[in-house]
Amino acid sequence: MSAIAMREDTTGLRRRKLVGGIFLGVFIGATMLALGALALLLIDVFRDGASWLSWSFIRNLPSRRPEIAGIWPALIGSIWIMILTAAFTFPIGVGAAIYLHEFSKRGKLDRIIETNISNLAGVPSIVYGLLGLAVFVELFGRGPSILSGALTMTLLILPVVIIASREALRAVPDSLRQAALGVGATRWQMVWSHVLPAAMPGILTGTILALSRAIGETAPLIVVGAVTYITFTPEGLESRFTVLPLQIFDWASRPQDDFQAIAAAGIIVLLVLLLTMNTAAILLRNHFRKNQNW
Amino acid sequence: MSVVPKLATQMKDDVLTGVNTVLEAQELDIYYGDFLAFRKANLKVPEKKITALIGPSGSGKSTLLRSFNRMNDLVPTARVDGRILFHGENLYDRDIDPVAVRRLIGMVFQKPNPFPKSIYENVAWGAKINGYKGNMDELVERSLRQAALWDEVKDKLRQSGLSLSGGQQQRLCIARCIAVQPEVILMDEPASALDPIATLRIEDLMRELAENYTILIVTHNMQQAARVSDITVFMTMGEGRAGEIIEIGPTRELFTSPKDPRTEDYITGRVG
Repeated sequence: MSAIAMREDTTGLRRRKLVGGIFLGVFIGATMLALGALALLLIDVFRDGASWLSWSFIRNLPSRRPEIAGIWPALIGSIWIMILTAAFTFPIGVGAAIYLHEFSKRGKLDRIIETNISNLAGVPSIVYGLLGLAVFVELFGRGPSILSGALTMTLLILPVVIIASREALRAVPDSLRQAALGVGATRWQMVWSHVLPAAMPGILTGTILALSRAIGETAPLIVVGAVTYITFTPEGLESRFTVLPLQIFDWASRPQDDFQAIAAAGIIVLLVLLLTMNTAAILLRNHFRKNQNW
Repeated sequence: MSVVPKLATQMKDDVLTGVNTVLEAQELDIYYGDFLAFRKANLKVPEKKITALIGPSGSGKSTLLRSFNRMNDLVPTARVDGRILFHGENLYDRDIDPVAVRRLIGMVFQKPNPFPKSIYENVAWGAKINGYKGNMDELVERSLRQAALWDEVKDKLRQSGLSLSGGQQQRLCIARCIAVQPEVILMDEPASALDPIATLRIEDLMRELAENYTILIVTHNMQQAARVSDITVFMTMGEGRAGEIIEIGPTRELFTSPKDPRTEDYITGRVG
């Protein structure tokens, strides 16, 4: 026996290690629970829906007959909403974050704005739907169109994007800002050439996570006037539309078993779309993260 | 402090005869909010000399240094009373743009902070944004040569500035600073994060740079001040934790025959 092990344990080492072990077990359990629930969901969905997945399911229009029903208009609708929302949200959200973090003097007004943006992030999505209905559909007269839907989604995720972008800007070390200002750069030159590229991985991650939330939202779009049963693909910004979760909800709420099954198939399509977006997020982030190890 | 206004009579040493003053702080108070961080700084910075600011931690060395190129403006609560004259013009005048000040009075920071870009871009960027119209390749080479870094990096200008060692990064920051052709270089403990050999290289470099530039350096290291500087400014934390200048003198004089007992205590290692 070694001298260290033979010495009497006066420091309570055994007990301390036991406590550490218990907590480790609790944390592993929590992780397993989350993974288990996800696995269960995936298994259930794939068992029900995988056999219905086919090219024609993706390309067909919805139908009263489940065997020829397809998801095409909803898929295209979701992609439209996604692209438009991203196009509106990114410049506005990043712009607001840049103002708040890089330019504002942190006065009273700025602090009020900041607090309220945090509050807005917690407002239920249905409220944004009503706002979208009042402003975009009625006031601006855009009707229940893709444009109204995308603008409503923009309002919904804008606070999240602003907060995530601010955090990304906050993570950029001040030494980098000082380096730029120290050679006679203006604040804008500093932001554009150094701070923004350095914050871009975080900004993109936050934006795409927010978009992932938007892709699963239904309530505000229902209020704005998305339809659940549609037999054409959207042609432009003014077109009426539906989205994947809405289509899935429509099918899942029907009594026939076959519709339950194609709802599951629809969920698989939605998940694949989500995974594609998240993969794109990771690739973009890695691309921008190259060369930034301060 | 009574020694301060006697600056001119103190300078018996010949280091200052016939030398112009580039920067001059006059009755400069620096505040962070209500806190007085530096009290009544009076200081002349002579042209093409190295002036060292020494003193214990908390004596406001960096605070004072940063007021010379308006870097303190970045702290929202910071403000100053008094004046800093640059060739007779007050840097804190209402119509002076701090961005223009920082081009003329460059800065090298405590921790090397190259841009996460190529070595070439690190040097070229400042010149580019300041509207430099000449040959950029030449400017980059000249700046890197002046910073004694050219031979080490000439074959890898496209590599990231962050791939260099700490000492090389700091010389890259010096090259970046001189590429915008400033008159004055402020250095905030430029060697404190470096090993002794890299430190000596920076010190040698400073002596070379002093032929063309006015240098104001903050250092914790008294030996460093004694080795490189022409003028030494000793400051300490005074009443209400505000920094105060105690004594200014030619470096050799200040280190061999300090006039104020507090200076003597500090340089002989009894306090600080």
